[in-house]
Amino acid sequence: MTAERSDNVATLRENNPEVVEALSRRYGAGFITDIETDSLPPGLNEDIIRALSALKEEPEWMTEWRLEAYRHWLTMPMPDWAKLKLSPIDFQAISYYAAPKNRPKSLDEVDPKLLETYDKLGVPLHERARLAGVAVDAVFDSVSVGTTFRKELAEAGVIFCSMSEAIKEHPELVREYLGTVVPTGDNYFAALNSAVFSDGSFVFIPKGVRCPMELSTYFRINAGHTGQFERTLIIAEDEAYVSYLEGCTAPMRDENQLHAAVVELVALEKASIKYSTVQNWYPGDENGVGGIYNFVTKRGDCRGDDSKISWTQVETGSAITWKYPSCVLRGDRSVGEFYSVALTHHHQQADTGTKMIHVGKGTRSKIVSKGISAGKSSNAYRGLVKVEKGAEGARNYTQCDSLLIGKTCGAHTFPYMEVKNSTAIVEHEATTSKISDDQLFYCRARGLDEENAVSMIVDGFCKQVFRELPMEFAVEAKKLLEVSLEGAVG
Amino acid sequence: MTAMLKIENLHARVEGKEILKGLSLEIGPGEVHAIMGPNGAGKSTLGNVLSGRDGYEVTEGSVTYMGQDLLALEPEERAAAGVFLAFQYPVEIPGVNNTYFLRAAYNAQRKARGESELDSMEFLKLVREKLKVMNLSTDLLNRAVNEGFSGGEKKRNEIFQMALLEPKLAILDETDSGLDIDALKQVAEGVNAQRDPQRSFLLITHYQRLLDYIEPDFVHVLADGRIVESGDKTLAHKLEEHGYAWVAEHGEPAGAA
Ligand SMILES: Nc1ncnc2c1ncn2[C@@H]1O[C@H](COP(=O)(O)OP(=O)(O)OP(=O)(O)O)[C@@H](O)[C@H]1O
Ligand SMILES: [Mg+2]
Repeated sequence: MTAERSDNVATLRENNPEVVEALSRRYGAGFITDIETDSLPPGLNEDIIRALSALKEEPEWMTEWRLEAYRHWLTMPMPDWAKLKLSPIDFQAISYYAAPKNRPKSLDEVDPKLLETYDKLGVPLHERARLAGVAVDAVFDSVSVGTTFRKELAEAGVIFCSMSEAIKEHPELVREYLGTVVPTGDNYFAALNSAVFSDGSFVFIPKGVRCPMELSTYFRINAGHTGQFERTLIIAEDEAYVSYLEGCTAPMRDENQLHAAVVELVALEKASIKYSTVQNWYPGDENGVGGIYNFVTKRGDCRGDDSKISWTQVETGSAITWKYPSCVLRGDRSVGEFYSVALTHHHQQADTGTKMIHVGKGTRSKIVSKGISAGKSSNAYRGLVKVEKGAEGARNYTQCDSLLIGKTCGAHTFPYMEVKNSTAIVEHEATTSKISDDQLFYCRARGLDEENAVSMIVDGFCKQVFRELPMEFAVEAKKLLEVSLEGAVG
Repeated sequence: MTAMLKIENLHARVEGKEILKGLSLEIGPGEVHAIMGPNGAGKSTLGNVLSGRDGYEVTEGSVTYMGQDLLALEPEERAAAGVFLAFQYPVEIPGVNNTYFLRAAYNAQRKARGESELDSMEFLKLVREKLKVMNLSTDLLNRAVNEGFSGGEKKRNEIFQMALLEPKLAILDETDSGLDIDALKQVAEGVNAQRDPQRSFLLITHYQRLLDYIEPDFVHVLADGRIVESGDKTLAHKLEEHGYAWVAEHGEPAGAA
């Protein structure tokens, strides 16, 4: 939808000279120049937010919603960075709206290292060009492939479009659900996202409909000095089902870029949402220079009885990941699941996990977390299982396994439990292991080289999670781990 | 006939401690050699050194395998060149499907030799063929590598791997230990079925019983890091009767303490 959106800006310029003029008056000459390259100047204030909202032709209520979030954000302190090593984020240096500029004209201009990565991932050539940002319809921000199947989806009554479109075309749905799972003031980055979110996906599955195909979105941060703030909202009405896939990459840049997404899932009675992520944002180089700061708020609300939300994630990218896809199990007998593989290498820092909030009776949750650390990286699982007073017979099973490769990495597990109902059963198992010399030698003595041996052992370690991914995604995830672990041993 | 494997005056250390102290041994193509010897003598160490395990440092001597310097090769290069070690303690690899592992190993070796790789269908056909020679339950093939296998199942899995990988030099480290009598016979049959004028075996064992089923051309006694006695299969009987002390008295254990 990037192309469409860029076109929109162009159209906006041509068709609404008054708007543009009004905008330019407010921001001066520099702004005009920027408009011509389809982006806002760096900086964050109420005017910028209004301009952003206007560029996106949003209704008044949306603009107000953003402003309210912004004002809330101003009152919030930065989260505690104690455990993370990061350069301070200058929010005034970020551009909050940037359509691609200086895009490579052909594959020859694309960083060969990036192409090599795609090659290893087995991404087909035309797709590679697309990912590298060559084609116009490419992948700055978010592009949903759903457009191709829009007709088929529409016949089933499914709405799958960009958030910008949804705000225009389905305002009643957006107004009803947006911010009801992750309120604008939920946390620092959620508030920021609410104020400046650029785009994202919107999915609505009406009552009783099983979405006829897997929906997927490919996110990519392309432009330099920009932040990416996408907003995704998925609603499954009673007895509806959807499986949603999200893939992310970013080019290599030596500056740190901010990615602060918000994802909200709502499952009504007997509805089921399966959300899978393969995240491969640029992690920075071997020395820890550059990379994405990935601060994401993902939360699912099992609002109806007997509903189910399942998160599966494979995280190999980003310099810093700070992410806890969570489930609020409000409906009786609702089920929350979290399957995660988080791999860190070089100087990456990941602090990830989940929160399972048991509110309804007979609610169940399952957490399977697999952390792999290599190089000088640090990988933490942080999970909260909370059982409220009324959650009679709630059950949780948590399994956290860490795998260490080499001697300079670290793995930590922080399982928090708050159980206010004595009938609840909460189980936790944790293991930490190393790829043993015995295993490596065994594989090598059978003819596998060290790298293959490691990726095979890692793959085995992640089996439980990969099993949850749709087939093509599982293959991609596996290859991704292989690529990410290159040079991890030896 | 030129030797397939020629070990000359091999000295090797582990963790700074000298374990092999001037071991020499020659194995010709198609020959079956048995090595016996007391616990801690260095038998597994020899297998590890021949397979190139990290941490086993060769300080003196040489190993020539099919005309090339074996010690210069990485473990996986040795495997591709046809050296196979059946482990005394096979290793578990959780989550990795046994058949998948085998195919990866098989194809890695073929690739290293410049041969074409087999797809999963072709490979399955090969597995079925080999199952006729060395019986292994399909359940074990579908489970994770060695995970939760009984001691005997692990050993049989090793021999199955050998049948599949078709090495030129197979080193079997106590493959007979822990096997019940039926499994022992099956393993022996598996090995015998693979005896070939171009394939040599080095059997490390504590028991003469195995040698009733797999008839060796030579039997050696390894004690304190070197071969102290060599003979034909009758040597194994003498050892069984008299124990290793007998070697000390009758062999030529110059300096072997
Ligand atoms: N990785 C290691 N670290 C320290 N010592 C080792 C190591 N591997 C072998 N050794 C030592 O080397 C010596 C020879 O061990 P090895 O395993 O080769 O004996 P073996 O002849 O195979 O014995 P067994 O009949 O009990 O299998 C032993 O004293 C053993 O403790
Ligand atoms: Mg031994």
